[in-house]
Formats: sequence, structure tokens, C-alpha cells
Amino acid sequence: MDPIIILQAGVATGTVLLFATIGEIFAERAGVLNLGVEGMMLMGAMSAFSVANSTGNAWLGVLVGMLVAGLLSQLHAFIVIQLQADQVVSGLALTFVGTGLSLVLGEGLSKAGAGALLPRFSLPGLAAIPFLGPIFFTNQSVMVYLGYLLAPAAWYYIYHTRPGMNLRAIGEYPAAADSMGVNIYRLRYFYVFVGGMLAGLAGATISLAVSPGWFSELTTGGQGWIAVGLVIFAQWNPLRAMFGAYAFGALRRLILDIQGPALLFGASNIFKTHQSLTYFLEMLPYAFTVIILVIGSREAVRNRLGAPAALGVPYVRGERGR
Amino acid sequence: MSAQPSAPAQRALPFRVRFVPREIVPGWLPALVSLGAIVLALLIGAVILALVGGDPIAAYAQIARSSFGSVAVFSDTLVKATPLILVGLACAIAFRMRLWNIGAEGQFFLGAWGASAVVLIPLVSNTTSPWIVIPLMMVAGMAAGALWGFIPGILKARFNVNEIISTLMLNYIAIAWNNYFIFGMWSEGGFQMSKTFPKNAWLPRLADYARSVRAFSGLTTHLGLVFALVAAVVVWFILNRSRWGYEIRLIGDNPRAAQYAGIPIARHTVLVLMLSGALAGLAGMSEISGVVHRLQGQISPGYGFTGIIVAWLAKLNPFAIILVSILFGALILAGREIQPSGIPKMIQGIILVCLIASDFLLRYRVRIQRVR
Repeated sequence: MDPIIILQAGVATGTVLLFATIGEIFAERAGVLNLGVEGMMLMGAMSAFSVANSTGNAWLGVLVGMLVAGLLSQLHAFIVIQLQADQVVSGLALTFVGTGLSLVLGEGLSKAGAGALLPRFSLPGLAAIPFLGPIFFTNQSVMVYLGYLLAPAAWYYIYHTRPGMNLRAIGEYPAAADSMGVNIYRLRYFYVFVGGMLAGLAGATISLAVSPGWFSELTTGGQGWIAVGLVIFAQWNPLRAMFGAYAFGALRRLILDIQGPALLFGASNIFKTHQSLTYFLEMLPYAFTVIILVIGSREAVRNRLGAPAALGVPYVRGERGR
Repeated sequence: MSAQPSAPAQRALPFRVRFVPREIVPGWLPALVSLGAIVLALLIGAVILALVGGDPIAAYAQIARSSFGSVAVFSDTLVKATPLILVGLACAIAFRMRLWNIGAEGQFFLGAWGASAVVLIPLVSNTTSPWIVIPLMMVAGMAAGALWGFIPGILKARFNVNEIISTLMLNYIAIAWNNYFIFGMWSEGGFQMSKTFPKNAWLPRLADYARSVRAFSGLTTHLGLVFALVAAVVVWFILNRSRWGYEIRLIGDNPRAAQYAGIPIARHTVLVLMLSGALAGLAGMSEISGVVHRLQGQISPGYGFTGIIVAWLAKLNPFAIILVSILFGALILAGREIQPSGIPKMIQGIILVCLIASDFLLRYRVRIQRVR
């Protein structure tokens, strides 16, 4: 129950949520709700682990995992952008397909022990900073450091670059963006692809770094859905997503660690004496997601922030926009 | 509004594909398109199976044989279809209002838990008449399911919390809640299941009447099927013949108009999600009392999620849900014997993808013209 260890592990597990959340932020900013995150993560985790195991090259695994998840996302993109189908149902279908396909293709992989993994290291200098050093910069996976770079980069891209402005425009008011010569369809395909690749990266981060291996559906255990919830909490802002993702990661670790010691706050640890009570601990991340949604929604109303206006609405050129 | 999707095809090909919006949808078209989508999905599934080294023809033949091959296995198929009908109805009534209740799985578990509580607390004894025990279990199961629907309902109505996420999260919470009881309080001898229910808590099966009707011997179909069929009629009546159903449909089709018409959307949100939860809870009760006869972890091969597909495939029509449920019941039944175990889930997903993609054909007419 060392708080440093809990936070350190929280940052590591939170990195998975961070990648998936930022990916979904990109897709939703472009106006496409993709509920297939869980399925894409599973496909990413499975293919990354499979490739890393058979080639011995973890980076190749990451690359393939990202591409496979990205390709899967294009199925959703085609159905909702081209065929203008309902985004909720299509996203659910994508999760079904991704889950089922990863179980079929990953058959037998669960017996394979972890092979090539992504490297972990400490950052010299930064690791010496008191308190923050051990949490953020000591013996972390390379993916964690990638997360530190990705979130601010995504934030800068969305709010401070020309393409980022176009991205926000096609999610808020596609008709206006269209009249300015922005290719709505192509960009929406592109950002759904980016979202898929990041979901794949999240999956690969699980199977090659955070908890190595392939454990069928338990590999992700609903983290894809938590990421969809975090997007709302993050108000479509990658920097807020960073905060939420790490807090969540720490919570998950805390739940594991709290079951260990015999004494808890000076009293005997009821989670150790009554094992079945740990199921209430298991509920916490999910209950927390709901609570966070309540907070996020209230805040959104107060600050007049909210989902991109065109989120979930197919764009048909020449039709009156909403 | 000539649709844009044709753009890339125009240059490369000697003909031009155009999509013209349909003014009228012929009555036979939706069924035909859905059927075509299922056939296409099965073909895609077969190709994937062949690619991973399986034998698709053998796999499909096995699915057909082990679900429709004889009266006995068809009876088993109906057993699997029973919870699907109820969960499909649960999804359909919520989806009709465009409320995305993805939480039927959790509501199913809570329903099973509520029904079990009647027997395990225990509120009744071994000798209580089944005429009291069974209705009590139904009420408890539906109430627990409705409570699990009430939570996302009130969160949506009061705080505008996205019901997709909240219902999904409640699934995980429901399963953990269930686990707490089967691993702890109601565990039998430390095993992860409760004791077997006494006979007065079992729904009657066809086989129970084998003494009077010889043909029923060994048939597992239970009274839950009747609950499901009655529920289908009730849901149809609510949606199509009642004022409440009219308002639900209006909210689903045009929330703004519904608001101007003064329909209390918030109240309907809560009530519809509660009804939806109650139906899924009844499915849990029927499964626990008609099939499993004890509370344990493995009571659902994802009925709650399959129900979503069932509802969508049936175009939210309660009677079509019965037919589609039998098809998917067959898939689930056969799925237990098929390896790898992900195949039924994968095929379900592909069916859903093909289905929503095919909806395009209902809205647009495909015209192929030669380029002059």
C-alpha cells in the first residue's frame, strides 16, 4: 500500500486509457462517435501480441496492432460516413466484430507465454525529482513516456494548428467547413482511422507492456468503454483526458493493493478477512465512470461546453444541416 | 441531393453507379434486404472460417443439426430463444425511443439475483405453493431489473448522463454484485454457486407432463417461453395501440416535436428504461427458475448483448423478435459445441454489420448506368 507504487502503476495502466481516450477524442471531434473502441483495442492487443511473439520484435507488434485496429475502424467509417447508418448501432457492431474476431484469431495465443516485450527504463535526471520522479520517470514502459508526449501534442494540434481547426469545424459545423473547401468525408475517414490506430496502440500497450499476454476478452476488461466515458469527462480535451486516465489507472491499482495488508488504517482489513467483499472494490472503476459522467455533464452545462455539435450526425452534402 | 458516395467509382469504371433516394419503400423490401444481409454475413463468416483453417460448411451444418435437427434439440433451441425474446423486447422498447439501453445484460443478472433472493433469503419455504413462489420470483426479478433500469433513467433525465455508458458500466457492477452473493453470502460449501432451488421454485417444463402427453418426454422448453410470448403481445400493444406507446414513438422519431407537444420526455425516459429493465429482469428470472435452478456466475452467454442485435434485426417489431430470437437461440445453442469459441460472437457481429449497412438499400435505390 505504498502510495508511490500505486501512483506509479496507475500512470502505467492509465496510459492504456489515455491512448484510447485521445483516439476517441479525435474521432468525436470530427463528428463520428465510435463505440467500437473495446473491439478495436482487443484486435490491437491480440495482433500486437501475436506478431511480437512470432517475430520476436515488439515494435513490429505495436505497428501491426495499430494498423489492424485502424483498418477495423474503417469498417465503421464506411458504414456511418458513406452509408449514413446510425453511429451507435454501428459502433456496437464493431465491438462485436472486433471481440469475436480477436477471440477466433487469438485462439491458442493465451497459452503462449509472453515473448518480446516493450522496453522499460528510467529517465536519468528526471527520475531524481522528489516525489514526481519515482512516479512518472522511474522504471516506466516506453509507452508511458510516449503518452507524456502524445497528450500535449494532441492538445496543441487540436487547438493551435490549422488542420486542428478544420478538425473542430467538421465536428461542429460541417456545412460551413465544406463551403470553405474542407473535404468533410476524407477528413472524417482519416480521423476515425487515427482513433482506431490509437485504440490499437492502447491494446498493444496492454498486451506488450502493462499486463503482457493475451487473456481473450479479459485482456481489456471493459477499458474501451471506460475510455468512451472518459472522453465526456475530458470534454474532448486531451490534457484533461491525461488527468482522468491516470487517476483511473491509480484507482485500479489501489483496488488490487488494498486487498494485501492485514491491517488497514489500524483496523483489521475486512477485504482480507472477507474475500467476497472485494467484489465491491471491483465495482469501483465502473461506478466511478458513472460518477465522472455526472460531474462531466454538469460541468458541460455550466461552462456551455459539450459534445461537438455534429457528433453522430451524418453529413450529406446539400441537405440542410442541423 | 444526389448522394455523394458514388464519386470515386465514376472515373475508373465503364459504368456509373448512382444512388437515388427512395420515395416509397415497398412492403416486401425490408424483409428481403434483411434476409440478404444475413446470407451475406454467413458467407463472410464462412470465408473467415476458411481463412483461419476451419471448415465452414461443416461448422454451419453442425449449427443447423445441433439446433433444428430433431424435436428434442429444437426444444433446446426454444429454451435459448426464451431469454433472447425477453431481452430483445427490452432493447426494442428502449431503442424505439432512441434510448440506447446497452445494459440488458446487467438487468438480466439483477433479475436473476432478485428472483433467487426470494428462495435464498429465504422469503418462502420448501413447502410454499409454487403458485405463490413463482409469481413472487417474477415480481422480485422484474423489480430488480427495473431498479437497474431506473438508475440510468434518472441519471439521463436529471443530469443528462449518456445512457450508453451508464448502462454499460452498470453491467459490470451487476456482475460483481452477483459474484459477491455467490462467492459469499449464498455460496454453497465454498463453491461459486448457490444451493439448488427447491422444486417449488422451478418453472414447469414440457417434460414434466410426459406422463399425460408421451411426446413431451425429455423436452426442456419451460413456462418462460409463455412469459416471453405474452410479453411480446404486451410490448406490441403498448407501442402500437396505447397513448404511451405513441408518445414513445414520437419522442424517438422527433424529440423536438415531442417537446413542443408537451410530452414529458424526462418522465418517459425513466419509465421506458424501467420497463426495459423489468423485461430483461424477467428474462433473468425465467432463466434461473426454468433452466439453471440455482444462482451462479455462468448464467448468460451474453444474452443482453445478443438482444441488441435481435431487436435491431427484427426492426424493433415485437413479433419479428420472436422469430429472430429462435434463429439466434440456435446460434447460441450450437455455439457451445463449436471451436474456437469466439465464432458465434463473430458471426453475430458480422450479421449486425451487414444489417446496418444494408439499411442503405432501403433509403436509396441503386442505379447502374452505362457511361456515354
